[in-house]
Amino acid sequence: MLDVAVSYNRYKFLGHEFLTWLWFIMENQQDILKESDKELVSLDIGNRIVLENNKNDTKESITIKGDKAGLEEGILSLQKGAVVTELNLIYKSGNNEWRFNIKGESLNISSLKTPATGPVETKEDIEAALLEKVYLYERIFVLINNLYKQFISLRVTNRWEKDVVMQIRKWIAS
Amino acid sequence: MSILSSSVSVTRYIVKGKLEKPVLEKIYNGLTQNSIKDIDDDHPEKIVGWTSFENPYVPDFEGSSFVIGSYMVFSMRLDRKSIPSKVIQKHYAIEMARQLKESGRKYLSRNEKKSIKDHVIDVLSLRIPATPNIYDLIWNVEESWLWFFSNLKAANEELETLFLKSFNLSLIRLFPYTTADLMSGLSDKDRDLLLNLSPTKFTE
Repeated sequence: MLDVAVSYNRYKFLGHEFLTWLWFIMENQQDILKESDKELVSLDIGNRIVLENNKNDTKESITIKGDKAGLEEGILSLQKGAVVTELNLIYKSGNNEWRFNIKGESLNISSLKTPATGPVETKEDIEAALLEKVYLYERIFVLINNLYKQFISLRVTNRWEKDVVMQIRKWIAS
Repeated sequence: MSILSSSVSVTRYIVKGKLEKPVLEKIYNGLTQNSIKDIDDDHPEKIVGWTSFENPYVPDFEGSSFVIGSYMVFSMRLDRKSIPSKVIQKHYAIEMARQLKESGRKYLSRNEKKSIKDHVIDVLSLRIPATPNIYDLIWNVEESWLWFFSNLKAANEELETLFLKSFNLSLIRLFPYTTADLMSGLSDKDRDLLLNLSPTKFTE
């Protein structure tokens, strides 16, 4: 395997492409989301999108904040050649809701808020709450793993350039 | 950051290698031999070590207290003494004035000034308590994964070093390349293709 620092920097574009693709499938191919999580009710963009445009050796960062974070401004940035570097997502399953940020370059999850767990009063409560939390965190990690797996298995095939990129270009231009 | 907080940040790892048996004893030894030491009455500016999830200020790993369900749950504590620069400046100026007066000279050499500054920092670090930072983690030994509840680069680097030292196992951070290489079930051919990928242009 490649050196960690080298592979982190060299392939962080994959994380940015993953988030750009993820936005595209959230808007256009909901069936892929369902394939990744049978219990998924919805996966939507929350209150933040960060995009980055690297042009002529200069880096431009665009942050869009607010509920239903400005899809139009985001699309405009994509049209100018930007990629998504960070997303705030809202995941719903059954009557439960999770919110979290995902960063493309590291795939790190931050500000992860899960559905409420039971109150903690005794030592036994701590153990029960912890196990419940682990289950709730795992739901997000499994979802992201499955989505990333779908993305990467497309990314290493010819279908990526021939089909997927064409569809994304069409979506961006529409 | 606590596992039970209402909002958490998580860095995910794969644990490379397996512990020798008896596993719980190996983990207990790794934890106790590298548990956090108090530096409040000592000189070091920084110290890192393991501590208990439930009682991070009094590390105690007895009775397999670090096992919850099928997970190992404990915390990394990073204590750091931070002396405000203005405090250093004040005591440095006082000490310089004292030495000038005692020696009857008008100036001190560069080496003397450095020596005074080092001495001031040394004395102050004995008087200033360290600020503890606690980062929880969950380790699934069976499935060889670990979640570390912080995205801070420095904390993650400390974890990777301490974990290797304590258990003789490496942690591989999961980011786009490692997730694709190790977690996505790619064939050898696809993994070769992965190495040669270059960025996509989404606009023409």
